[in-house]
Parts: sequence; structure tokens; C-alpha cells
Amino acid sequence: MNRFLLPLGGFALLLVVLIVGLRHASEKGVIVSPLLGKPVPSFVLPGLLDAASPLDSKELRGHWSLVNVWGTWCPECRAEHATLLQIQQQGRVPIIGIDWKDDDEEAKSWLAALGNPYQHIGADREGRVAIDWGVYAAPESFLVNPAGTVVYKQIGAMTPQVWEREILPRLQ
Amino acid sequence: MVVELGHYALILALLLAAAQAFFGLAGAALGRERWLAAAPSAAGGQFVFLALASAVLVNAFVQDDFSVRYVAENSNAALPLFYRVTAFWGAHEGSLLLWIVVLGGWTMAVVARLRYLPAAFGARVIGVLGLISFGFLLFTLCTSDPFARLLPAVPDGNDLNPVLQDFAFAVHPPILYTGYVGFAVSFAFACAAMIEGRRDQLWARWMRPWTVIAWAFLAWGIALGSWWAYYELGWGGFWFWDPVENASFMPWLVGTALIHSIAVTERRGLFKSWTLLLAVAAFSLSLLGTFLVRSGVLVSVHSFAADPRRGVFILVFLIIMIGGALGLYAWRAPGMRSPAGFEILSREAFLLFNNLLLVISAAVVFGGTMAPLIADTLGLGTLSVGPPYFNPSFLVPILPLLSLLALGIHARWRRGALRESRRPLLLTLGLSLVLAMALALGVYAHPMPLTPIGATLGCWIILSSLYDPLDRLRRGLRVPAPLLGMSVAHIGVGLFVLGITFVKSNSIELDVALKSGQSAQLGAYSFRYEGVENIEGPNYDGVRGSVSVSRGGRLVTVLRPEKRRYWVQGTVQTTAAIAPALSRDLLAALGEDVGDGAYSLRLQYRPLIRFIWLGALIMAIGGVIAVIGRRQRASALSGATQAMGLPAGAAAQSPGSRS
Repeated sequence: MNRFLLPLGGFALLLVVLIVGLRHASEKGVIVSPLLGKPVPSFVLPGLLDAASPLDSKELRGHWSLVNVWGTWCPECRAEHATLLQIQQQGRVPIIGIDWKDDDEEAKSWLAALGNPYQHIGADREGRVAIDWGVYAAPESFLVNPAGTVVYKQIGAMTPQVWEREILPRLQ
Repeated sequence: MVVELGHYALILALLLAAAQAFFGLAGAALGRERWLAAAPSAAGGQFVFLALASAVLVNAFVQDDFSVRYVAENSNAALPLFYRVTAFWGAHEGSLLLWIVVLGGWTMAVVARLRYLPAAFGARVIGVLGLISFGFLLFTLCTSDPFARLLPAVPDGNDLNPVLQDFAFAVHPPILYTGYVGFAVSFAFACAAMIEGRRDQLWARWMRPWTVIAWAFLAWGIALGSWWAYYELGWGGFWFWDPVENASFMPWLVGTALIHSIAVTERRGLFKSWTLLLAVAAFSLSLLGTFLVRSGVLVSVHSFAADPRRGVFILVFLIIMIGGALGLYAWRAPGMRSPAGFEILSREAFLLFNNLLLVISAAVVFGGTMAPLIADTLGLGTLSVGPPYFNPSFLVPILPLLSLLALGIHARWRRGALRESRRPLLLTLGLSLVLAMALALGVYAHPMPLTPIGATLGCWIILSSLYDPLDRLRRGLRVPAPLLGMSVAHIGVGLFVLGITFVKSNSIELDVALKSGQSAQLGAYSFRYEGVENIEGPNYDGVRGSVSVSRGGRLVTVLRPEKRRYWVQGTVQTTAAIAPALSRDLLAALGEDVGDGAYSLRLQYRPLIRFIWLGALIMAIGGVIAVIGRRQRASALSGATQAMGLPAGAAAQSPGSRS
């Protein structure tokens, strides 16, 4: 065996690793959430619309739910809003909102103007809960199963394609 | 319409890059002189169109043309003009264009010095560079067009990421890329030498200055990035072993091995195939870094918007370029055996160890960076490694490397007679032990176990580097530029080692909540929190705190850390306040308002942290001195050879060369 072939062999091995990594990256969605397959972080947030009804992570048990992290300052959130309203009208899964680092009054007038797809909204004014969820940037959505385990994470806007290809099959 | 012009310019540049690759490589293979002459012209044309495309993109930013998707995503009407220009490389598409423009710049520099190379060799170099440029232009046009329209246009843009609105970031990418991409030139020289199957070592002489300059820029670029992370991210850390940082650090380590190995090849004709392999490896690691950062296979705090489709494209490109070069190596390197030998303890032997240890250290970084991917491939689940792996593992090859550096400076070429150098060796070692103890026990008390070792090594490297130049001056001799450059670069290494040693062992960090008027004590310094006020900038508002620092009752400085809220993206950005000095940095960063008039504050004292970046800068300066000095000597020599009617290469053999 020619020792000058060794670098080429090493490169071939490296390629195997890169190809596998690339396949996984495209399968799983780009950024893998450490939360996938884990129980949701426990939290209690003040309610946005009704201060008397705080959002408790216990509400995420016993049924499927779609947790959506959003903010009025985020242009992509405006883009996904119509899709969220459609999802709400289908009634397959309740949408729980986490209003991230936002102004309460602005958030209320945004919902009044555009419609409210959420069953319940918690106001994460300092962004502490979003950190527990590992949020990189809004919007992000998490699909949580009845056991309270995160089974899918969508980074970026929710689109009809994502809903049909990623969320609906998991709800079956 | 103007924007489409930029798009067309990129397409024309792509076609010219193809022509450059074809005429350069085929012309040299078939011996067609006209084709040889066409390659540099195509390169020139390509550069003109690249410049035009860049001008169009800059113009789109300056004019706030939010019908261009890239501009809309990375700029805003309220963004200051300076950052509107630097937003050019604020995200994936534009930074890719910057990469190609920098490659074009390097190609033009090679073209300008083409007359010093044999025609066929030069054409092959230009041809290989054309091939690289073609690949990247195709990548840009197919997957990452910066001129894509956003219709209908949005009224205002999404703003540049606030952490990038900063001076160091504005200059960091161009300098870093100049280093990164500069290894493409070394790669092209190595490929040309392998295609020709050259048995001499002239290619090493031709390749050396380009490699050293690229290496110097990379050192400088990495240091700037580290400095930026230090003050902009607001945590006081300067290196995170993040995949993106490692992507630039690995080529630098291999490049460092390369510039030492080229010296041996050029001077003694040894290590030829090893030098070629390193030249291929340095650029391959640059390409691999590009792949890791932009394909989404690794997650990083500062990776670009990732897209697996881009990954597939770069992967194919990697296979063609790296696979091709390594295939060429397997074919040609066996014919490049070196006749000369050397003794153990000669300078060659030290440089061989230097190379092995540098490659091992690069492998350590490589292993840690790739660990998540390797674990994934083997089905071991998700795994990520951080400083707890990197810091100790990296020291394993680096500590012997530094000791051998201090020893090896005193070694002579060919002969393994360290006995002759016993006096300078013992003198410098003894002196540095004394200095190190004074530093580690006296000036900076409370040392950690590695502190005396680091301090001794740092001092020893500096003193050893000073010895030869000072000795020559004492004997009334001139200090030749290569020696001066080498000494300066090694002094940079020593300063860097001292900096790291004391930052790691003597920094003090404190996270406290203070009400206005309350103080916290860090070593000899007393930090007193005075309160906050509201501020407003061009595209943000926020608060500015005020922390006065005193030592022994005397006011040293007033730190004013800020917390800004950028309007468009709504992100909150902490700007640490730093009082820099050569001997220490004092840092304060503003945390959360914890209510009751109190703020949480992060306070830090970091001794000698400036030595880290200063060391890197001095290393780079050393490289530049060596290249410029050599060029002056070489041009004087080549003038003399032409007068004697000798071929240019003959005079270039150095007096000590035997092979």
C-alpha cells in the first residue's frame, strides 16, 4: 500500500461523515433542538389577555398542542399569522402562544387587528422562558404530544407546507 | 435595472473564470503560447466584472433599494451609512461574493508577478485559481444570488444584525478572508508543481511569500474576530472554540506548519512531499470550514442561515478540488524523494517536530469540531464538545511545541550540535526562570499549577528570539530581514503565551446586583455603581450605566456600559464598557434591572489580555517583515544574475543549499 494514498483515504472517510451529517441536517430541519424527545420545560407566565389566567406548562399535558413563540416586533411573525389562523380554524390542535420580549399593549392591538389564533397566551416579557425553550429567533413553533414531550420544532415561519408535511402526519 | 447589471456581471465573471481555468491548464498541457497568454487576460476581465458586481451591491445598500432581498434582509433606512456599506458581508450571500472578490484580488496579485515564474507554471497557477473561482461563482449564482429581487419591495429593511454593527466586524471579514482565501494561492502553486511533477524545489521558493502573507492576514483576522467577540458579545470571553472560530483556526495551524516546512524545503530540499501535502491541507481546511459554516451540518452561534442544498453543492466542489489535489499528490509525491539528510537536534529536526506537533494540534481542534458529526455517523446520538475538551487537549501538543520552539531557535541547519549553543540556551533559560517566578509569585500572586510553566515558556521564547539579533548587533553585524522577521514573529508567540497564561490564571469575574452608590471589590480595584440614564442612538434606544473604578482610593476610570434595544429587530444588545491598558482590562457589563433601583452587573478584571491580540499582531508583522526583506534581497540578486546571463532560479539557491 502506497503511503501517499493515505491522505486520499482519510479524505474519503471524512466525506462519509460529511454526507451523513448533511443527510441528517436536511432530514431533521436545520437546527436540531436539544428539546426534541424531552419533556417541555416547566414554567408559569402571566396571561397576556387576561392577567388573572396565567399560562402554566401543565396545560400542555393530556392533549396535542402547538406552542408558537412570536412577537409584534418580528416581521416573519406577521407573515405566518394567516397560516396560524387557518390552523386554528381547522381545530386539529390548539395553539399556545408565548409572546416573546414584547410590549403588552402592542401585542393586544396586533391581535385585535389581525385576529387571535391562540387558545392561551403567556407574556414572556424578559425572555426567560424562551431561553428555556432554546429559542434562537422568532418565530419558532414546537409540537408537543399528550405526554408533554416536544416531538417537532419548526424554526422560522409556519407555512401550509410545514403544516401538511411535518405537523399533520404526526397528529395522525 | 442597475441590480440586474450586477447579476449579469456575475454571469460574465463565471464565464471568464471558466476561460481562465481552461486556457491556463490546457494551454500549459498542450504548450500553446497564445492560450498561456489568454489566461491572465481572462483573470483580469473576471476581476473587472467582480468589481462591477460588488459596486452594484454596495450601491443597492447605499440607495436603500429594498426591492433587493439581500438588502431588505440586512439593512434599514435608519442604519448609518458606514454599516450600510459593511452590511455587504453581513450575511451568507454577500460574504460569499466577498470571498470571490478577495480570490480575484489574490489572482491579480499573482498575475502582476507572473514574469518571475516560468510561463507554463504561472499559467497552471492561474488556471487552478480560475477553477476555484468558477466553482464559487457557480455556487453563488445557483444557490445564493445576492441580487435576487424581493417583489413587491418592502417599505423598509429588516436591519443589520446589531452585533454586527461594529467597527471590528466591519474590517474583520475582509481581513480574515484575505488570509483564508490566500491559501488558495499556495494550493494553486502546489497543484502546479504536482501537475508538472517537478523534482526541484524552486516551487517552494515561489510559493513561500504568498503563503506567509496569507498566514499573516489570517492571524490578524482571527485576532480581530476574537477581540470583537470579547467586547461585543459582552461576556469578556475571547475564544469559545466555536465551529466557526475553529474553521479559521485549523487552516491557520496547518498554515503555520506550512510556512516552517516550506523554509526547510526551499533551503535544504527536504520535506518536499510533506510541504505539498500541507499546502493542499491548509486550503482544504478553509474549504471544509466554508462547508461546515454554510451547510447547516454544525450548529454555531454565528453560523449563516443554513441550507442543506448549499451543503450538497459545496460537498461536490470539495470532492473535485480536494479529491483531485490529493489524487495528484498520490501520483506525483512518490517521485519527489529528497536526497539530503539531517542529524537529530539540527534545525531541520526541530522543524520536523514543530510540524508534527502543529498538525497534531490542528487534529485536536478538528476532532473536537467534527465530534458531533462523527458521533452522529456512528449512531452515538447528539454530542457536543466545548472548552472542557478543547482547553486541556490543545495544551498536550502545544506545551512541547513551545518548549521545542525556545530550544530550536538556537539550533543550526544540518548539524545537530546543540553543544555550541549551550551558553545562549542556559543564559536565556535561567533568565526566564527568574523572570517567570517574579511574575507568577510576585506581580501576579495566587498562581495556578500551569502559571509558572506558561510564564517561563513565554519569557524563554522572547529571550531566545532576542538573543541572535542582539548578538549580531553586538558584534557589529547586520540583522538580515528573514532573521528579523522570524525573531519578531516568535516574540509575538511569547507575548501571546504570557497573555493567555495570566488571563487564565489571574482574571477575576464577579456577577453582582448593586444599587446606586454600592461597591464591589475585585482584587485591588473597587467598582462603584453610580446609576443609569436613558440614551437614544440613530436606530436604537436604551440605558447607560455608570461605574466608577478606583484603586487605593484614587479614581482610575469611569466605565459606561450600555444596553441597547434596536428598534427594527427588537433585539437587546449589551455593550460592555472596557477600560483597556497594556497591563490589565477592567470591564463592566449591564445585566437586568432587578427592581428596587438595583441592576445586575458583570464586573471583570483581566490582566495582560491585550498581550493576546498584540502577540497575534506582532506574529503577523514578523511574517510581513520576512517577506518584504527577502524580496528586496531577491530582486538585488536577480538583477545580478541577469547581468551574468544566468537563469533567474540559479541565483536563488541559498548559499547553504546542497541538494
